Amino acid sequence: MNSIVKIAAAILIAAVTLPAQAAIRVLATTPEWAALTRELGGDKVDVYAATSAFQDVHRVDAKPSLVARARNADLVVAAGAELEIGWLPVLLRESGNARIQPGNPGNFEADTNLRLLEVPSAVDRSMGDVHPLGNPHAHLDPHNIAIVAAALSARLATLDAANASYYQGRGSDFQSRWQAAIVRWEQQAAPLKGVPVVVIHRDQAYLCHWLGLREVAAIEPKPGVPPSSSYLAELVTKLSAAPPKLILRNAYNDSKAADWLSERIHVPVVLLPYSVGGTPAAHDLFTLFDDTIARLLGAVK
Amino acid sequence: MIRYKAIGVLRLAALSLLALAVMPARASELSELRSELDAVKSSYQEELSALEARVAQLESQLAAASSAAASSAAPPVAAAEVPAPAAVALPPSVPGGGGGQNAFNPAISVILGGRYAQLSEDPATYRIAGFMPAGEGVGPGPRGFTLGESELSLAANVDPYFFANLTTAITGDNSISVEEAYVKTFALPSGLSIKAGRFFSGLGYLNEVHSHAWDFVDQPLIYQAMFGGQLAQDGAQLKWVAPTDIFVELGAETGNGAQFPRTSLQGNGLNGGALLAHVGDDIGDSTSWRLGLSWLDARAEDRSFTDITAGGVPNDEAFTGDSHTWVVDGILKWSPHGNANVHSLKLQAEYLQRTEDGQLAATINQLTLSAPYRSRQSGWYAQGVYQFMPRWRFGARYDALDSGSTYIGLIDSGLLPPISFPTLAPAKPTRVSVMFDWNPSEFTRLRAQYAWDDARLDLRDRQLMLQYLYSIGAHGAHKF
Repeated sequence: MNSIVKIAAAILIAAVTLPAQAAIRVLATTPEWAALTRELGGDKVDVYAATSAFQDVHRVDAKPSLVARARNADLVVAAGAELEIGWLPVLLRESGNARIQPGNPGNFEADTNLRLLEVPSAVDRSMGDVHPLGNPHAHLDPHNIAIVAAALSARLATLDAANASYYQGRGSDFQSRWQAAIVRWEQQAAPLKGVPVVVIHRDQAYLCHWLGLREVAAIEPKPGVPPSSSYLAELVTKLSAAPPKLILRNAYNDSKAADWLSERIHVPVVLLPYSVGGTPAAHDLFTLFDDTIARLLGAVK
Repeated sequence: MIRYKAIGVLRLAALSLLALAVMPARASELSELRSELDAVKSSYQEELSALEARVAQLESQLAAASSAAASSAAPPVAAAEVPAPAAVALPPSVPGGGGGQNAFNPAISVILGGRYAQLSEDPATYRIAGFMPAGEGVGPGPRGFTLGESELSLAANVDPYFFANLTTAITGDNSISVEEAYVKTFALPSGLSIKAGRFFSGLGYLNEVHSHAWDFVDQPLIYQAMFGGQLAQDGAQLKWVAPTDIFVELGAETGNGAQFPRTSLQGNGLNGGALLAHVGDDIGDSTSWRLGLSWLDARAEDRSFTDITAGGVPNDEAFTGDSHTWVVDGILKWSPHGNANVHSLKLQAEYLQRTEDGQLAATINQLTLSAPYRSRQSGWYAQGVYQFMPRWRFGARYDALDSGSTYIGLIDSGLLPPISFPTLAPAKPTRVSVMFDWNPSEFTRLRAQYAWDDARLDLRDRQLMLQYLYSIGAHGAHKF
């Protein structure tokens, strides 16, 4: 009898004290922000990425496994700017988790720290699936990652005040390595400046903006609207007159339209990782940009 | 002068009294202020860090630009073309669009739906053989062009504690019905949430899904037979999500239960309720699933319908007793690496079984007889929808019902012949449906469906339906 009570007490104490010692549980909506949280949080965070680089983050199901992760999360790290509007609100509501609701420290949106590109002056669905707050695919400009890293670092320190100095240390270490990497990438990518490219969706806008690539056309006539054959034919005529150097395709894009266009206008398709895990080489944030630039440079040569 | 002094003393006394009373309050206020100060500090820290990062970034850019200029390898034009950074730090509070009173307007979304139906049999004679009529939601609906439900939905957070949603259906015959009107908590601890108001019951899988999100024009036969469509609760639901990596959700509901198979009670109190359990997870990165088990406890009092006996004489039947329904549901979704842009597959199936135990009264020619009644009825459907190329989907569904072996005391005792209860004669209705839909965008769906409906048993109804669904307004977010 006595031992049973002892065991029960031990279990109770373990149940009460364990969560306090455990790492911050983070649900990141995309692999890039998951990777950044891992960079900044080290072994003090337990990060689960809701999507992979092979998924279109606009179109994700609020599936049971994600509700379970949201239920247990101390922090949700999302891109924001309505990128996840089709599923994250449901996850948050279904989770029964007050900590991660908007307005709480457990809800972090990367894009609220940034000034976004392509903020439409007016929105109407006849323009396709436009984002009223601007283009949310902001992570492909590494300068944006630096800004988000600073805010996320501070957020981790707020949530887990006991380890605040740990996060500060990791944060400044990351910033110095990141700034050095940016300098290196910008030097490497100098030949890419002004190179005309065709994109599929407007999710390479920040990469193009950063590297000075010139977006001359998009395979999607409007955001989220797949091209019709007549539109593609028009595109071929237009691009044959002034051919681009590259067609950019993300790991999650269907290859068909890009390959079709490539055959017609004799311009190579470059497969880009888009996010961490999109290509075997892009296994963290640093290698994401290493690989992206290497692939672009390889194709331009 | 003395008076003045006295007043001074009084004042002092009053002040010290006040101080005494206020002291404990002051202490708590102080700690409150301290924590507020800490919060302010940390939020400023966030902003400061963002600004520091911005400074570091500009410095590095400047360094890169000047080194490029110094090396003078690039022509000056190129140096001028160094792109401005795509982002700068913003103050942490981003104003939500607009301002003024309209900024707090709820998210409004409207679904417009309509259809054309060509039915080989008269829909007025539609019945599901072997099952007591469950109300308006049964049958394929009218022939020809009809305006479907126009769904108007308003949703917003009420305050830091509640989310509220109102969904109304405006039907083609100019009536408005409240489909759902509920508030839901999102600030309760430990994975708990409470929904209250009118809401679609969480039992089964399809019951909670609004009609515009169905994969077929109409509902499975078993839902029509068991609930007359969708089971709504006017009451409250408590849900709990378990703190596990695998999804486990338990729920309980109760309410007034006025809808089939229940009837509204005459007195105070609640009419039964439902218990729900769902589990779900992923298999690899391409497949996710959910399984559910639910149980509905209900009470019916004088739940009546009119049977037409073989002789053409109406038999007004009324059931009074207990009704228990089990629902087993399963859904599996697959898409390559979880990317449903090109190919995806959705398989779902549900099995429902209901036992009813009570008295059945029959009134023929103003003579009422009553005797015990027991039934165990069941049915299931299975369906699959495959997206074979972007924007195009194909689906097939099979419905099978079994009215089971029903004990009708009035027949067993020889008081009335079986032909007095034609609706309750044993039957196994089935239906086969196939559908095609085209989704030019996320907000438009055009669908064609063909069904061979053997719900009447003796007559096969061949149903062709063409349907459109348009959604405007706020971007809806759907459940799994």
